[in-house]
Amino acid sequence: MADDKSNAAAYWKANLRLITGCLIVWALASYGCAILLRPLLAGISIGGTDLGFWFAQQGSILIFIGLIFFYAWKMNRLDKQFGLGE
Amino acid sequence: MSQFAINVLFVGGSFAVYIGIAIWAKAGSTKDFYVAGGGVHPITNGMAIGADWMSAASFISMAGIIASAGYGASTFLMGWTGGYVLLALLLAPYLRKFGKFTVPEFIGDRFYSRSARMVAVVCLIIASLTYVIGQMAGAGVAFSRFLEVDATTGLIIAAIVVFFYSVLGGMKGITYTQVAQYIVLIIAYTIPAVFISLQLTDNPIPPLGLFSDHSVSGEPLLAKLNEVVTALGFSEYTAMVDNKLNMVLFTLSLMIGTAGLPHVIMRFFTVPKVADARWSAGWALVFIGLLYLTAPAVASMARLNLVTTIYPDMAGQVENYEDAAANPIAYADRPDWIRTWEETGLITFDDKNNDGNIQLYNGAADFSDRGWQGNELEVSNDILVLANPEIANLPGWVVGLIAAGGLAAALSTAAGLLLAISSAISHDLIKGAINPRITERGELRAARISMSVAIVVATYLGVNPPGFAAQVVALAFGIAAASLFPALMMGIFSKRINNKGAIAGMLSGLIFTLVYIFVYKGWFFIPDTNNLPDTEANWVMGISPLSIGSVGAILNFAVAYMVSSVTEEPPQEIQDLVESVRYPKGAGAAIDH
Repeated sequence: MADDKSNAAAYWKANLRLITGCLIVWALASYGCAILLRPLLAGISIGGTDLGFWFAQQGSILIFIGLIFFYAWKMNRLDKQFGLGE
Repeated sequence: MSQFAINVLFVGGSFAVYIGIAIWAKAGSTKDFYVAGGGVHPITNGMAIGADWMSAASFISMAGIIASAGYGASTFLMGWTGGYVLLALLLAPYLRKFGKFTVPEFIGDRFYSRSARMVAVVCLIIASLTYVIGQMAGAGVAFSRFLEVDATTGLIIAAIVVFFYSVLGGMKGITYTQVAQYIVLIIAYTIPAVFISLQLTDNPIPPLGLFSDHSVSGEPLLAKLNEVVTALGFSEYTAMVDNKLNMVLFTLSLMIGTAGLPHVIMRFFTVPKVADARWSAGWALVFIGLLYLTAPAVASMARLNLVTTIYPDMAGQVENYEDAAANPIAYADRPDWIRTWEETGLITFDDKNNDGNIQLYNGAADFSDRGWQGNELEVSNDILVLANPEIANLPGWVVGLIAAGGLAAALSTAAGLLLAISSAISHDLIKGAINPRITERGELRAARISMSVAIVVATYLGVNPPGFAAQVVALAFGIAAASLFPALMMGIFSKRINNKGAIAGMLSGLIFTLVYIFVYKGWFFIPDTNNLPDTEANWVMGISPLSIGSVGAILNFAVAYMVSSVTEEPPQEIQDLVESVRYPKGAGAAIDH
């Protein structure tokens, strides 16, 4: 029983770590590169404009899609690893 | 075949498919009605979420808003997609594990409080009802423009079709019609975009065309667009926004609002497993992304097309923009699509300097040296996508497709919202509070009756929009962001938040957000009752009423945390419940908890 509990706690901790990492990327892509850090990226040009504009209108969406699939894939592995899957 | 006949064929054909699906997917139980039996494949569900989510606002209005605001409107692109990351990581898998039928039911059980459940029901109904008005109004516009019936008749036809498949099939009927509607709307959106991208950049993929060279002038498309619009006194299309705080908060409000909207969350209850809830969020964003990656391309290309239609000399390589701007087309020579849209009042022309030509420019800029006395052509943002095929001279069948696509977007979202409303009434209000001993058959009947009533109310409000139709979507996101999202998230990620904390948090977030909106937009949106003018100079710290939902959400978290920490811990069985939603194991059994 105690083992079950510590196993579950470790699973939850791993999940929280993964969520934190993914949300940092999520925030960096949208609030960071597309808005607040855009002036810093102004020197990098892409298709007649700057990288920040690309992040705002295209890059962030692509990153969001990648993040969700990455999280789903990692969590399915965690589910198996900790024996907590369905 | 006339354009009218083509439009009737496309719209009628798509409606026949929806009705066919309704007859095939009749709901036999409350489980069918609320969660489509719980056996929907994640890819199917992803497609249904796409149609559920992409409303008349996404399909009809968004590209037009981007076209006029350029970079500044990126908020919508990021906000309405980034919310899915929050859904996939923070809510969907756990709510699926919980395994019940509605969002208020989770809040009521987790916070062991019927009051909390009722607060959630009220938030859900306000958010969903305000949102559905916009959908019905959008369907009315599409009908009146393409099918030559008046908007009221169009709305009633649309309501009858929605009634048929949602009352009969509930979530089951809605799921499979939404899949069909997604296919219709994405084809309708992308085909004209591919043609236009080819015409302007020789690149058949619009998101790539956006960052390619403009084929006539040889310059990058966006650089060309910047030159053209600045020559007319507008700021650069890609220009940075000054008020960054507001842009960040607005994006955040749209993201957490998206994640907190019950009609989207409900769709995750329809998949068999927790893992499927995670996958379907990913697939949903792929299907949504197809439109959201196309929209900014459509926006910039349509803006360029519009300007070069009025100033043909600006289309190619331009030596001197001053000369090109001096040579607009004459009003008498305007293309047919301007004529047809003038009839709807969505394009208006006023020859202010009486020279017979059309001057389209930023009316706030002073061009009296060019003999201009004001902007003469007003073009509504809402027509851009609908008029796109005509602007680009595409064949008639593309126009018919756009009509069917616009209606698919409006009706699929309306159906999802109506289901969220009717299940909150039949499951949370009637079974949860008024008559807990209602039979399965009785509840199914109650669900169908409340769905019918919701459709009648929504149609009435669509025919007589309460004057604030444009504001209501912001209200829906503000409410979802400030009340529902924080309560759901804390319910999963904290065992310490108790009933008192959750209720205090939801109410303070909700009331704070509503008051801030009303102060600038008028109390209950009644015109001229606002306390302060709705301009940036008056906003607190430059935060617009549209962005305030994110501040309300932060307040909700803070109040819930503080109240909970000075009151008692939740009982052990609630802490066990939180524990159980965190682990996918035993997903089926959660219903008996």
